[in-house]
This record gives sequence, structure tokens and C-alpha cells, in this order.
Amino acid sequence: MFPFRRLHALRAGTVILLLAVAPARASELGDLRAQLDALKSDYQSKLDALETRVAQLEAQVAAQPQPQPPVVEQPPPPAPSGGGAGGANAFNPSISVILGGRYAQLDADPATYRIAGFMPAGDEVGPGRRGFDLGESELTLSANVDPWFYANLTASITGDNTISVEEAFVKTLALPSGLSLKAGRFFSGIGYVNEVHSHAWDFVDQPLVYQAMFGGQLAQDGAQLKWLAPTDLFIELAAETGDGGQYPGTRLAGNGVNGGALLAHVGNDIGDSASWRAGISWLSRRAEDRSFDDVDANGAPVVDAFTGRSRTWIADAILKWAPHGNGNLRSFKLQGEYLQRTEDGQLALATTPQPLTGDYHARQSGWYVQGVYQFLPRWRFGARYDSLDSGNVAIGLVQQGLLPLTDFGALAPASPSRVSAMFDWNPSEFTRLRLQYAWDEARASVRDQQLMLQYLYAIGAHGAHKF
Amino acid sequence: MNRTIYAATAIILSLLALPLPAQAALRVLATTPEWAALTRELGGDKVDVYAATSAFQDVHRVDAKPSLVARARNADLVVAAGAELEIGWLPILLRESGNARIQPGNPGYFEADANLRLLEVPSAVDRSMGDVHPQGNPHAHLDARNVAIVATALATRLAVVDPANAAYYQARGTDFQSRWKLAVTRWEAQAAPLRGVPIVVIHRDQAYLCHWLGLVEVAAIEPKPGVPPSSSYLAELVTKLNAAPPKMILRNAYNDSKAVDWLAERIHVPVVLLPYSVGGTPAASDLFKLFDDTINRLTGATK
Repeated sequence: MFPFRRLHALRAGTVILLLAVAPARASELGDLRAQLDALKSDYQSKLDALETRVAQLEAQVAAQPQPQPPVVEQPPPPAPSGGGAGGANAFNPSISVILGGRYAQLDADPATYRIAGFMPAGDEVGPGRRGFDLGESELTLSANVDPWFYANLTASITGDNTISVEEAFVKTLALPSGLSLKAGRFFSGIGYVNEVHSHAWDFVDQPLVYQAMFGGQLAQDGAQLKWLAPTDLFIELAAETGDGGQYPGTRLAGNGVNGGALLAHVGNDIGDSASWRAGISWLSRRAEDRSFDDVDANGAPVVDAFTGRSRTWIADAILKWAPHGNGNLRSFKLQGEYLQRTEDGQLALATTPQPLTGDYHARQSGWYVQGVYQFLPRWRFGARYDSLDSGNVAIGLVQQGLLPLTDFGALAPASPSRVSAMFDWNPSEFTRLRLQYAWDEARASVRDQQLMLQYLYAIGAHGAHKF
Repeated sequence: MNRTIYAATAIILSLLALPLPAQAALRVLATTPEWAALTRELGGDKVDVYAATSAFQDVHRVDAKPSLVARARNADLVVAAGAELEIGWLPILLRESGNARIQPGNPGYFEADANLRLLEVPSAVDRSMGDVHPQGNPHAHLDARNVAIVATALATRLAVVDPANAAYYQARGTDFQSRWKLAVTRWEAQAAPLRGVPIVVIHRDQAYLCHWLGLVEVAAIEPKPGVPPSSSYLAELVTKLNAAPPKMILRNAYNDSKAVDWLAERIHVPVVLLPYSVGGTPAASDLFKLFDDTINRLTGATK
């Protein structure tokens, strides 16, 4: 192609030059025209020759098929990292946003929701509001800080126009010996589902036992040191400590930390189709004046408060299966956790002029098991069973005969349970539409039937999820 | 509680102090079977290679399994395809590994596609286009000439990560290149009848094979990458392909057969199962046999 273009340019250039000169020297017009014609015919013959040559070459090429040029003929372009092409934005963190919303049809008024037999664990317990509700939108920014740290901020923006920091942590990338340190606010690594962000849950809501024991998900401001064993069997050990300000702990008035957690996880594959992880975790917290609303024997509102130590054991296990590890068609996930909490201390009943205080000891437990089956690409259904046991609760004020047990309405023995079934459709990796139906018997003697429709949309950076 | 924490700390510290088993070979975690096979070709008995996935898995969708985190923890080198093929799980493995050697930017992290000029680099990306990859189509290994380019870079990288055996890797690299060059010539000759043959694919993961051998992709069963076909799209496809029938429909070992069989029945065209990667068919047991088998199956279908 090149010679042609050059010839055309030359020809055009000559013409323009001649045209520019022409008016000035009209007398030489005849000469020039003759020269131009000569040039024209000269170039034309050259052009014709070239065209013939090209046609011949083309014919040769067509006759003798050649492999196409290799994909790489030029040095590779510099690999773009993370999608930023360059300039001032090249180092922007990856941004992802999850939009969630739902419609809930609840038989019983959610304002009356209580998990019977357990001290209320905060506002986030329960099925949420009736009707349409803009649930939680999650905004995540993350990037490597430098060769040594990775940083992540996840903010939760809720329908009532509040924004809260769900996680904000840095994590080391370059400690030796399989060690890593995470610091900031983060979901504790205890159990299995605790670290899973709400958009990745397999049901609209958290297992009942997590709601009862931690008020949903346990986060803390603190640090976590994790060690991964140098074995082909996955073994991870971690220790955490921090402010312990979230239920079941309270932020302490003094310096120092509030409690800690220890956890161990083991995991491996079974053949090429299944993999599992199992773990055991221990959490210790101190609570100072952890108050909650209750009603006394006459139905009058009272405020109780617990001060003491709270320890929780968790055993968790998950098994994932997909034929040859290819989850495009079918896959199955089975998970279950058992939690047991022991609390020792004092329980105070706010009365005037002096609060009444007595010993308190409780051992309470709960568990859930759930299975999710993807029966067709993009379609899944799941079932979950939740069960809680309010266990042995010894209240000093009651044992001493100072107050009847009915003065502690929230602590009356109970065995809450819930059955949930869900069905979801995932038209793409970034969209999930879910229908969930639950028979919720968390309250004493009320069966709440809950129908929920939920949507989850992910935009921005492609997410990566833990096992 | 304090006592428990002290005890646990003591246990962790004593475990840390345990002598690790002597390193017999360079430990490599490869994300895909083809790059695992190439690492074996180049590393011989000096490398211990673990493939994170098999040819029966869709590498886009893999879990960051505990077994993989454990392998990443111990790896001296991660060999990835790159170009965001593994974006849903590899970043997690790297972060969870507690292994500084394999973090991107270090010699212990190698991306095959970073050495290649990728096809189908979109000028703009938007998820309405389906699962598009901003850096280009990442399924680059099915152009055998790309394998040679990656081999050069990988042999160099092995020598950097394990300098004690640098000469060994370079020698094996040279040997591999000469054998590969011969093989490529042979494959190109065998595949000459495939030039211009119209085919239908499922996902655009045969783009490099088509580019190399001159197969002409006339349609894809996925209307957009990663987007399943609707029934109206399939009906359109049947009409279109009946008017100008392709020679065959290609299916990878990890693809579901339903959609292709459905289409094949309606347009009366054979389905050709391709190994896609090493281990995808019994015959495709190494990198050379992967291409032998692929070309045999393709030429077999044109006869």
C-alpha cells in the first residue's frame, strides 16, 4: 500500500505546485502543461506496473496458503494492572458496589421480634422491616498499599440514610513463615459464616444462632495474627484481640484490650470433586453494664444489665461439591455450625433508688445446618434449619427468692427454631434474585411466616470470594 | 483466658521453629493444566508442579479452596494465565497465602499472558457486553506459537527464581524450543485443510486456535461472553446456520453438551469435542499431545 500512497501524494503535490505557479507565469503555461502530461504519463505507467506486480503477488499468496502471522510480532504492551490505563487514576483502588434491596411480607410485627430465652443482642436482630426496604448497599475500596500491605474499606449504606464502616483494615503481604497480620476493623475469623459479607450469604438473613450470640456478625477494632502451616493440608491458626466493643462484649472504660479469640481451621480436597473446611474457635469477651430492655412480671418495661465474662465456643464445617470441581452446571454446598456460650457475672435490675444485683450464670447454645444445591446453571435452591437452646440460666436474684423468674421475661427458658427455604436465580455472576420463605419460631409461642424477595447487584471491580 | 493465649502462642512459636522438610524441588503452583504442563517440560525433575485446576473446570469459576491456599503458602512460584482469567479466586489465594514470594511484582509471580499480544482487546468495557476482559481474550495457549513465547519467558523466570539450576532450565528451554518448533511446523501442515473451515463455538475460548489455524468462527452459542443463549437467540442461530451451515461445532472438555447437542441436531453438523487443555481427553496427556489430539479431532471432522 505504501508506494501507492506516496505516488498519489507526489502527484497531488505536483499539481498544487503547478497551479500555484501557473497564474504568475501564464506565458509558460503551454510548456508546463506539456511537462505535466509527460509526468502524468510517466507516473501512470509506473502505477500500472506496480498494480500489476501487486496483483501477481496477491495471486501467489492466495495460491500458497501461509499460516497467519503469529499473535506476537511486537513486544507486548505493558500489562495494565487492575484496569487503570495510566495517568492520575492508575493507582485508584478497585471499587465495587453491591446494591441490595428487598420486599418482606411478615405475619408478625417485626417490632416485637425477640429471640426467646436470650438476652437481646442489638438492633440488627430479626427479619427487618415489612414491605419494600432498601437493604444494605455495600461500597468496597481495596488495593495494595505498597509491597507490604493490602488495604480494604467496606462501608455499609443502609436505607435509613446511615453509613457505617463495616470493615476497614490493612493486612500484611510480606511477613515471613506464613504469618499475616490484619489490623483495623474487621469481621472476626471465628466460625465460618462470620467473615462472609452479607451479599455472599446463601440466605437473606444470618443464622439465628449468630443473631442470638453476636447480634448478627462479630466485628471488632483490633488486630489478628494468622499463621498458615507449611503443609499441603490446609491448617490455619489465628489469634485476635481488640476493643471487644460489640455484643457480647462492651467497650471497656480503661486502657487495654477486651478479650480475644483463638481459632483453628483445617481443610482439604476429597477427590477432584469435593473440598471441605472445618474449624474450632474460642471467643472471650468482658461485658460491663451490657444493658437490655425487658418486661417484668406485671408487663412493665424494665432495664437489666449484665456485667461479667462471656466465652463462646464454635465448631464449624463446610463441604462443597461440584462434578470435577466444575460448578457451572451443578454444585452442592453443605455447612453447619454449633455455638455454645457461657456467661458468668452479675445481673442487675435497674430499680430505684438502688439497682438490685445478683449472680448470673448461663450456658446457652445453638446450631444451624444448611444446604444449597445448584440444580441448573444459574438456579439454586437451599434449605436451612436453625435451633437454639436457652439452656441453664441461673439468676441469683431469683434463686435467693428476691424476685420471680417472670421478672426476667427475656430469660424465660425457650428453644427457638426456624426453618427457611430459598430459591435464587443468578442470570450473571453479578446479579442475584432470591425468594425466601421462613417459618420463624424465635419468639416464644409465635410462629412468624416470612416471605422475602431480595435482589443483589454487583457493579465495579470483579469480586473474589473466600471459600 | 490469659493462660489459654499464652499456651496457644507457645504452640504457634514452637511450630514455627520446626525444621521444614528439605526443599527437594522448586514448588510451583500453576493455575491451569497447560501452564502446569509447560512448567514440567521446562523444569523437569527440578520442579514440583501443582495444577490448581483441571481441563474439566471453567477457570473463570473456581473456588479459593483451602487446598489451594495451602499450596500457595508453600509455592516458590505461581504460574498464572493472567489477563484477569483467574480474577475471581487467585487474588484471594495470594492474599491468604501469607507468602511474600508470590505476590504480584515479585519474581515468584508469573503471568503467561503478560508476554503475549492478546486478541480481542476491547476499546471500551462494560458489563452489558458480558464477561469481557479489559486486557483481551485470556485463553491464549491454543495458538501453539504463543506457547513458545511463554516458554522462553518462563524458562528465564525459573532461572531467576532458582538460580542454582539456571543452566538446567536454559538447556531444557532450548531443547523444548527446538522440539516445539518442529511440532508446530508439523501441526501447521496437518491443519492446512482447516484453513477457512467455518465453525461454531460456545464461548470465545477458541479464538487463538482459530486465529492460528485459520478456522473461521461463524457463530458463538453464547450471544455475549458468559451470557447463556435465550431460546429466541438459539432459534435465530438455527435459521442462520441452516442457511450457511458450518463444518462443525466445537465443545471443550469442560463445556456442557446440552446446548451444542441441541444445536447440532437442528443444523445437522457434528460436534467436535476438544481437550482444550492437558488432560481434557485421555489422549491429551501432555502439551505436545494436547495439540496432536486437538488437530486430529479437527481434521478428522473435516474428512
